[in-house]
Amino acid sequence: MDTSALSLITVVLFLPVVGLIVLLFMREEQAENIKWTAFGFSIATFIASLLLWIGFDNSEPGLQMVQRLDFLPTFGISYYVGIDGLSLLLVILTTFIMPLAILSSFRAHVLHERGRVKLYFMFMLLLEWAMIGVFVAQDLFIFYVFWEVTLVPMYFLIGIWGAEQRVYAAVKFFLYTMAGSILMLLAILYVGTAAGTFAVPEIIAGVNAGTLVFPFSGLLSLDPVSVQSFLFLGFLIAFAIKVPIWPLHSWLPDAHVQAPTAGSVILAGVLLKMGTYGIVRFCLPLFPEASVAWAPYVALLAVIGIIYGAWVSYAQTDVKKLVAYSSVSHLGFVVLGIFALNAAGIQGGILQMVNHGISTGGLFLLVGMLYERRHTKALDAFGGIWKALPLYGAISLIVTLSSMGLPGLNGFVGEFTILLGSFGSEVLGFFFTLFATLGVILAAVYMLYMFQKVYMGELDKEENKNLEPLHWQEIAVMIPILIAIFWIGLQPAPFFSTMDASVNKVVRDVEVYFPENADTVALSMGEK
Amino acid sequence: MFEVPVLADLNLGVTLPSVFLALYATVLLAVDIFIPSEHKIRTAWLALAGIVVSFVLNLMTYNTVDSAFFGMFTADPFSAFLNIISLVTAFISILLSVDYLKRAGIERGEFYPLILFTTTGIMFMGHANDLIVIFVGLELLSIPLYVMAALRYPDLKSEESGIKYFILGAFASAFFVYGSALIYGATGTTNLPEIFQSVSVITATEGNSSMMILLMGAGLAIVGLGFKVAAVPFHMWTPDVYEGAPTPVTAFMSVGAKIGGFAALLRILIVGLPMLVILDGQTTAAWQQTIALIAAATLIIGNLVAIAQTNIKRMLAYSSIAHAGYVLMAIAAAGTLGIGDKAAQSAVVYLMSYMFTNLGAFAVALAIEKNDGTGTNISDFVGLGKSKPALALMMTVFMLSLTGIPLTSGFIGKWMVFQATMESGLVGLAIVGVVTSVASAFYYVRIIVNMFLKDGEGDPAAGATQYVNWAVYVSFAGTVLLGIFPFLMLNLANPITLAVIAP
Repeated sequence: MDTSALSLITVVLFLPVVGLIVLLFMREEQAENIKWTAFGFSIATFIASLLLWIGFDNSEPGLQMVQRLDFLPTFGISYYVGIDGLSLLLVILTTFIMPLAILSSFRAHVLHERGRVKLYFMFMLLLEWAMIGVFVAQDLFIFYVFWEVTLVPMYFLIGIWGAEQRVYAAVKFFLYTMAGSILMLLAILYVGTAAGTFAVPEIIAGVNAGTLVFPFSGLLSLDPVSVQSFLFLGFLIAFAIKVPIWPLHSWLPDAHVQAPTAGSVILAGVLLKMGTYGIVRFCLPLFPEASVAWAPYVALLAVIGIIYGAWVSYAQTDVKKLVAYSSVSHLGFVVLGIFALNAAGIQGGILQMVNHGISTGGLFLLVGMLYERRHTKALDAFGGIWKALPLYGAISLIVTLSSMGLPGLNGFVGEFTILLGSFGSEVLGFFFTLFATLGVILAAVYMLYMFQKVYMGELDKEENKNLEPLHWQEIAVMIPILIAIFWIGLQPAPFFSTMDASVNKVVRDVEVYFPENADTVALSMGEK
Repeated sequence: MFEVPVLADLNLGVTLPSVFLALYATVLLAVDIFIPSEHKIRTAWLALAGIVVSFVLNLMTYNTVDSAFFGMFTADPFSAFLNIISLVTAFISILLSVDYLKRAGIERGEFYPLILFTTTGIMFMGHANDLIVIFVGLELLSIPLYVMAALRYPDLKSEESGIKYFILGAFASAFFVYGSALIYGATGTTNLPEIFQSVSVITATEGNSSMMILLMGAGLAIVGLGFKVAAVPFHMWTPDVYEGAPTPVTAFMSVGAKIGGFAALLRILIVGLPMLVILDGQTTAAWQQTIALIAAATLIIGNLVAIAQTNIKRMLAYSSIAHAGYVLMAIAAAGTLGIGDKAAQSAVVYLMSYMFTNLGAFAVALAIEKNDGTGTNISDFVGLGKSKPALALMMTVFMLSLTGIPLTSGFIGKWMVFQATMESGLVGLAIVGVVTSVASAFYYVRIIVNMFLKDGEGDPAAGATQYVNWAVYVSFAGTVLLGIFPFLMLNLANPITLAVIAP
């Protein structure tokens, strides 16, 4: 196959960059033009990414629409992009969230207050480029480049257009996530040097064929040859900080609360998924033995995160912080599903990444709308909002229920599949499922508590009585989210079928290292 | 019996880029006398022209591998690559100097020939194939720098800077000479390839008494050059000297002196002493552990102390110490047999990316400096994002590059160095390297915070004259282009082979 021909993926990837260059030549005074240009490019990217889905072959487990060009051939580094069932939905999630985030910032008062409109939208497009890059990169070097580049625009979005404590939150975000990813850099260098190439599919093929061996002898064996656990952890810690897996989550509430609305939406909607995606894409196939051995421990942290996140959410007095902690809980489900190491768990995990992006992204948009009107996020400041803004209240109810996992809406499908996966898992089992289910109940508690405090009850606060009705742009932002919520909730089959083949391949490669299959592994290795 | 060499035997053609620059500087010194003092800018232009000619000559002879002066002087891609870095450094430094010297009231014509002399010294160190040439290069590099550091007399800080640099530099030279003498004593030669041969013989015979002398000699040479590159624990002079010297001189010294020192270290250790092992048959050189320890200490001290600085010049001084640590990581990696060439390539690539970025950072620091030398505090950057957005954005890129964030040249340099270190098996050192990288983000990001995230009256950046702007543009272009298209420099570095024989 000719892999040097221009692939549609490259088009999707570089459309935001084209937009960025166009913005570079616009003048700051043309604020309206700048906004619509950025929006236009993000819509174009979204449409192009839908073409990816149309051209996608569900039965093919490997990479599709691959493009590979030599970049630094002497070092085994190439520009290598492609999509498979693991990444397709996440690419579309990214291109879906970005226009909404951009549109929602048109009327943001921080943008009028602090200015630098051009810079803001340039960072938005830079962020979109880097995030798509993370999901399509198939070369560890390129992947790392995109992974680190996401830090810079997000840092500025929080730091320049954030709330009062923005500087603290931005610096914490930058240092925390950089600390994690830099250990991954060492692991990447080790893997790439050992394999002689940084191309992920080739490395995975080597691992599966037994030609590339990262010796494994126990969880934390100090035997200098036994590197697999350490490489696994090098990757996992970077991803765990991004997800974030408890107890590495402390940057998240600060970043979320201080970020401008669009920043929170992108952070919750896409950036966190880079971590969970990384686990599926790199940790499991590259280090299958370590993944199996570590699965119960990581899953334990995930379950603690589910309950902890829910518990802490309930105690919040700030709406945005409540939603932020609910992310810790929801992403705990995703990690639990992934480390169930079976098809149901991983498929549920990937679908739940998309669901969480849509619901929590939606919640942050809704909170942002309130904040624009009232300039506060305190739970006590509201009450009876439904009476003031009935349409807004109805939309909020749907999104809240979706986040809770009500059957018929998207969140239920993902959570249910994950619990199914973890229950039937060879490495986890009943107790993990039991405590995770507890998390589902707690989610209902804090979500309904929030809904009751903000929307129900009497409209007794004077300031809430004359709230400005929803602008058409605000409605336009929410409609795609509502469509997605119902679509995935009622018709999840097409989403599952895109990832089926690829997930099964990952599971097959990991399965052979399950304890009960250990004998067969030894046999087949002996044959080789 | 000595034979009088014929001119043709000297093979002068090979030495053209550096010898031309030396002669040109000498002539320029004389020409400068006739240039009236209100037109000293002409001297600067002439100096720039000389650098350009030398640069072109260097490119024309890039792939030549030949030696001159009876094997004392060698020209290969390694020296040619370093020549590119040192000539660009000199070029940018002169751009920085023109207006700065004028507004600081210290404009003197001899400044420009002095920069050219130092540059020649750096180039000689890259070309050296003999300990004596290294020493000549070292002195030629250092002495003009002592003068330039004190150029701002009677400003006390500048005087202190010059004297401190001079005394410690003299010490360093003494260490180096003593080390060379001991190496000569053990091997009977000062020629690096011959030292290599002799060392193989010494290590092969057990209980050879020359071993001890050789180890001491290598150690003292490392100490001497360690001073020049400001490696911990030989770094004490750096912050004071950098703070006191006129800013363009600091910028020049923070890159130039290091290039020279590292060139010499790489030549001595990889060409001369790669087989210096304590027991025959070992695959790592005896100096590897030493260099690795120095590198780790340099990384830790440099990065941690930089966090505490409030003055941008002192902060960049400690940051330059830290960056010396990354290059030392590559040199330590070279101690593993078979990694030598790769490590040397990564070291020079790191130097090139560091050169652009660091000069750019100094250029911006210089732009916001006031005429009397104040305005160099980190707090002076507050609001620069409002008053000079373009300048502040470029400074942001320099800071990100020094941190090692992708799409900048600094990332490529770090990637190369870490890869060489991992390949050589020094995983512990690599971990120190990455962890201190995170620590470094702390103080680099603070500059960005001040420029963009804090509200305040922006500095008018009075020093951002046309020449300074051009220096910033060149550095910015280098940082970004090499970061996005790293093959531009990696292809240049690829033919570098220092190891005399493939092991």
